[in-house]
Amino acid sequence: MPANLEALKASVDSALGDRVKKSVVDRGEITVEVAAADLLAVMKTLRDEPALAFSTLIDVIGMDYDGFANEVREGPRYAVVYNLLSIVHNWRLRVKVFAPNDDLPVVDSMIDTWAGANWFEREAFDLFGILFTGHPDLRRILTDYGFIGHPFRKDFPLIGNVEVRYDADKQRVVYEPVSIEARTLVPKVIRSDNRYDPALKTQK
Amino acid sequence: MNEIRNFTMNFGPQHPAAHGVLRLVLEMDGEVIQKADPHIGLLHRGTEKLAESKPFNQSIGYMDRLDYVSMMCNEHAYVLAIERLLGVTVPVRAQYIRVMFDEVTRILNHLMWLGSHALDIGAMTVFLLAFKEREDLMDCYEAVSGTRMHATYYRPGGVYRDLPDSMPKYQSSKWRTQKSADRLNAARQGSMLDFIDEFVARFPKAVDEYETLLTDNRIWKQRTVNIGVVPPERAMALGFTGAMLRGSGIAWDLRKKQPYEVYADLDFDIPVGVNGDCYDRYLVRIEEFRQSTRIIKQCIDWLRNNPGPVMIDDRKVRPPRREEMKGDMESLIHHFKLFTEGYSVPEGETYAAVEAPKGEFGIYLISDGANKPYRLKCRAPGFAHLSALEEMCKGHMLADVVAVIGTQDIVFGEVDR
Repeated sequence: MPANLEALKASVDSALGDRVKKSVVDRGEITVEVAAADLLAVMKTLRDEPALAFSTLIDVIGMDYDGFANEVREGPRYAVVYNLLSIVHNWRLRVKVFAPNDDLPVVDSMIDTWAGANWFEREAFDLFGILFTGHPDLRRILTDYGFIGHPFRKDFPLIGNVEVRYDADKQRVVYEPVSIEARTLVPKVIRSDNRYDPALKTQK
Repeated sequence: MNEIRNFTMNFGPQHPAAHGVLRLVLEMDGEVIQKADPHIGLLHRGTEKLAESKPFNQSIGYMDRLDYVSMMCNEHAYVLAIERLLGVTVPVRAQYIRVMFDEVTRILNHLMWLGSHALDIGAMTVFLLAFKEREDLMDCYEAVSGTRMHATYYRPGGVYRDLPDSMPKYQSSKWRTQKSADRLNAARQGSMLDFIDEFVARFPKAVDEYETLLTDNRIWKQRTVNIGVVPPERAMALGFTGAMLRGSGIAWDLRKKQPYEVYADLDFDIPVGVNGDCYDRYLVRIEEFRQSTRIIKQCIDWLRNNPGPVMIDDRKVRPPRREEMKGDMESLIHHFKLFTEGYSVPEGETYAAVEAPKGEFGIYLISDGANKPYRLKCRAPGFAHLSALEEMCKGHMLADVVAVIGTQDIVFGEVDR
């Protein structure tokens, strides 16, 4: 682990203490998992603590872990991932939070901490149906006006549910159920390649 | 006395200054903007969801179509993310080629930006001049990949093929005399590197020409100075990156701060603005023209003297050569496997970011060990910039909205994805 990364890990650990549920260092990147209840306080600390100074929220990513690695999911399905950037220290940090309730995934909005969270959260709401408490304007952003469903969820079909066309008789655009059939051109396969097996790597 | 009310105005999506398909709902008090609500998503194609349904390599072409004026930079972030998950290292020559084409792309993008920004604010000439130079860079794209725009040239493990030894040439026809074809072919006699070298030698003069037209132009300054001012703290909080951040006086460039490929070995400077207005961002981008030219020159000199492989020699990631397949059964199997199933990427997640012309373009890639991404998220710089449009426009006149859209360098391919 490079020295820079170790310093970041030490600062994060000392600032957050036992609010860190899980901390993963992989490929030179740190991912910290926190509980949904702690999220707002944790993010404020990350921004305001001078040793961390994460002044920029680079991205907010909605996640649906349904069927990850072809396994039946245990634990919560929806997660929100925050990519943070500290311009002063030249650090990046990833914060992951799972929404406890699968039927109504809710996490706190970061809009008061970083103004840039506004659209990113609208996008996660639109595509995954994750709700953000405290967001003033949680409207759909990328999908069509009047769209039904959350298209990036794993159970939403790739071909969609409705198609549009112009109806010459009705003189307007009409929505109809899709006429195409779903097809898989390349099946998903998981191969445990021995090049990536950690046990074999250490033997070398 | 009549009651004075704000009125709502619709701007776009079919408007030449809306840079594609931006629909703005503006609340106006006379000619002053009170509220601006951008409606986006009219170009949403679900790239990220489509990528989940295909093997990794089949989505490289989709990346070109995100920010369709800086194609190769998008590919770059995507292949970097895959390479990081696979744990492969790219040959140095391929890294130089990538850096060179990233900078070619930056010039391409900035020329498009300069031309359309100036056109929006009323300067027609710059647009024509910019597109003249742009054509030559498009020819470089074509020489190396076969297409002018959507190259799919970067591949995990390197680039698709080495730089060509000759440039495609014009032919005389019913519409083009032999004389004019010869004139166009004059610079195309040598290799592609000779062609870019000639361009690099000529381009700074062209930048001077744009500057003569704009930098001290009274109308240009009236339209850009003190328009859309963003203080540095706000720029950081709003998630600005790239020239939008540097225009506000923060010296932040991933090529310097978190160097990828061979940027650490190259000599270039990062221009920074002072006031954070449209004019400063214009100056920053103009200087980036010159710096990109410098980088390209250094890459050309290195590439001339250092032949070598441009792709890693790993049969699990790169397809075998055609002639090997004819006689070698193993190569044939590898080829078949790669093009039917693709390669499996070890489980993990990574975020790879490049300094795209518009700002930080990042790919957050999660793999569950399969031959397709489990989730792909494109971090588009334009998305963060456009979300701040209301803040930048509030209190300005209607005509300034056009200047602000121009200065943000919005392209809807990446905003809507």
